Amino acid sequence: MGTEDRAAATPTPVLVRGVRLPNGVQTDLLLRDGAIAAEGAGAVDDAVGADVIDASGLVALPGLVDLHTHLREPGREDAETVLTGSRGAALGGFTAVHAMANTEPVADTAGVVEQVWRLGRSAGYCDVRPVGAVTRGLGGEQLAELGAMADSAAQVRVFSDDGKCVDDPLLMRRALEYVKALGGVIAQHAQEPRLTVGAQLNEGVVSDRLGLTGWPAVAEEAIIARDCLLAEHVGARLHICHVSTKGSVRILRDAKSRGCQVTAEVTPHHLLLTDDLAENYDPIYKVNPPLRTAEDVAALREGLADGTIDCVATDHAPHPVEAKETEWCQAAMGMLGLETALSVVQHTMVDTGLMSWEAVAERMSHAPARIGRVADHGRPLRPGEPANLTLHDPAASRTVTSVGAPFASKSTNTPFAGMTLPGRGVATFLRGVPTVLDGNLT
Amino acid sequence: MTTPHLLSTGDLSREEALGILDTASEMARVGDRSVKKLPTLRGLTVVNLFFEDSTRTRTSFELAAKRLSADVINFSAKGSSVSKGESLKDTALTLQAMGADGIVIRHAASGAARRLATWAQGCVVNAGDGTHEHPTQALLDAYTIRERLGRLEGVRVAIVGDILHSRVARSNVFLLATLGVEVTVVAPPTLLPGTVASWPCAVSYDLDEVLPKSDVVMMLRVQSERMDDAFFPTAREYSRRYGLDDERLTRLADHAIVMHPGPMIRGMEISARIADSARSTITDQVTNGVSVRMAVLYLLLGGSAGEGGTP
Repeated sequence: MGTEDRAAATPTPVLVRGVRLPNGVQTDLLLRDGAIAAEGAGAVDDAVGADVIDASGLVALPGLVDLHTHLREPGREDAETVLTGSRGAALGGFTAVHAMANTEPVADTAGVVEQVWRLGRSAGYCDVRPVGAVTRGLGGEQLAELGAMADSAAQVRVFSDDGKCVDDPLLMRRALEYVKALGGVIAQHAQEPRLTVGAQLNEGVVSDRLGLTGWPAVAEEAIIARDCLLAEHVGARLHICHVSTKGSVRILRDAKSRGCQVTAEVTPHHLLLTDDLAENYDPIYKVNPPLRTAEDVAALREGLADGTIDCVATDHAPHPVEAKETEWCQAAMGMLGLETALSVVQHTMVDTGLMSWEAVAERMSHAPARIGRVADHGRPLRPGEPANLTLHDPAASRTVTSVGAPFASKSTNTPFAGMTLPGRGVATFLRGVPTVLDGNLT
Repeated sequence: MTTPHLLSTGDLSREEALGILDTASEMARVGDRSVKKLPTLRGLTVVNLFFEDSTRTRTSFELAAKRLSADVINFSAKGSSVSKGESLKDTALTLQAMGADGIVIRHAASGAARRLATWAQGCVVNAGDGTHEHPTQALLDAYTIRERLGRLEGVRVAIVGDILHSRVARSNVFLLATLGVEVTVVAPPTLLPGTVASWPCAVSYDLDEVLPKSDVVMMLRVQSERMDDAFFPTAREYSRRYGLDDERLTRLADHAIVMHPGPMIRGMEISARIADSARSTITDQVTNGVSVRMAVLYLLLGGSAGEGGTP
């Protein structure tokens, strides 16, 4: 059933027993009427008629929020639809996702963003927040109707030409200034286009050896540095998509220390994978920005742990098989991310001792909701708050398969296929309604 | 050979590389016979799968396969199903279904040969993939050096020109280092990979300084399409700094040889006089190419041939 149907129905109350909150406290939670009705002893006392979930050993996290998802609809429904993508999101523990604007047609008008928003409501597995294009048709020349998108039913607050960089400095300045009036943020895909002509793989030892045109770190860093200066100059909010280099972390740290209103995200795959995986030219590892070096991975982990990088975002980028089973240079860039994100974060950040579950909640729920201005998500798990949450079993593990259950995505381009990752999503609730139970979609 | 394919010189051990060169020496004798043919690969099919035009390399492979009695199919992308949008994978599966035992592939995309090898069951020989590698060119270069100078160990080779985009340079650097050759790459910094310091070779920007210390000067083709991308200011300036003209020739030791993988631009990269001189190995390289490719096909495919016919 869709969200509207779910909203019309009265969900059965759910008592989540013995769950561990991000701060480590073990407690019971009663979900009723779309909200967290009670916690602890009071929850049990008040749970008459509720379904009971034994959550001992499980961690409860506020429903995850993704700032960077490609749902492909409209236009590339062969790769993903809003329905299949949002089902994947629910399996991954997400209750809200931002659908990127590079669809066909581009989400650069109120009509297209409302279409995506309505498809999300109809699917009902998570709140789908469309991202509006910064420039018309992602052309990088004229601003799209940012205000119309902000005022639409979709209430767009994040604007991005993701996949393309807004490289014209004057246009970027105007965009940053203009969205101030909308409470919006410009999410920049930082890629200096002239420095990345024909770029195929991180510029370094591996690209030089393989004869693939390099994507230099400085192409990302130069844009981040420039845009931080522009954001500071005009006093606007700037968000940097999928940060991938050590130098970018350094620039962000410096900008933040000066008071620049910049936030940033890192993808799970950039926290784990390195460019040497491309040794056999398997395009499953082809992504933009490219996989970098172990040194970059270490810096990204450190930056996420200390808050220089504000959040994890999946850059979930589904592609049909034929777009990947080809020569490296011709293959599409991107990889799936929604359904493995939390496991990869556990593997790289929690199990390594770099981050607590409380920090995971901040980086994967509170911060992205704050940056995207998503109401009712990224809220603390306490009475009175919306019942958007996910239950995760950190002690479990699973070997990722790229085809079929538990994957809901229409595409199979996951680099994690065959890897055993820790953690398993047990249940996800959207406004108190289960979208996932016992690891399966409802 | 221990690997079923020849995709990169980096995959070859010293013993394997020398084994190919020694086999090529045997194969060269076949070229001297009145009937230049061995029955070794009789009944086997070799497909020349050329997605890029290259008459020289294709003909060389064709001749090599035919001298070993293989059936040869030349598959050109132009006018084929590829031009109608067929993928490399489908092409590979089609060739496999037709029973191709060996596939020689030339492709504009780096890594295409390695990708093909994951889909096709036959042996794959990389005949040049993008800016990655051209292993048989490096093998024939090594063969030619050994033939002319009598040894490889300790020989000093300067590779001059567009190292960054050259599959010939990549294959040569790694193969020659494996064989104990001291390689120096010479180019303007814009035409060198950023991580060239990690390669098993020395690096210089100064051709004049390197020439007197070289036993072999290997000139690379200047790819004119690079000129618009500011890799160097003008062809004239490039030629002055990195071209091998008659004056520079005097800096070379008497025994030193000059190589070029062809096709060459006379006058710009290399003077016509040098190209035609006794120092030049350009025509030897073409001749040796057939022997080396015979050796590669023999070693990769010969094991499965039913009949004898060792060279």
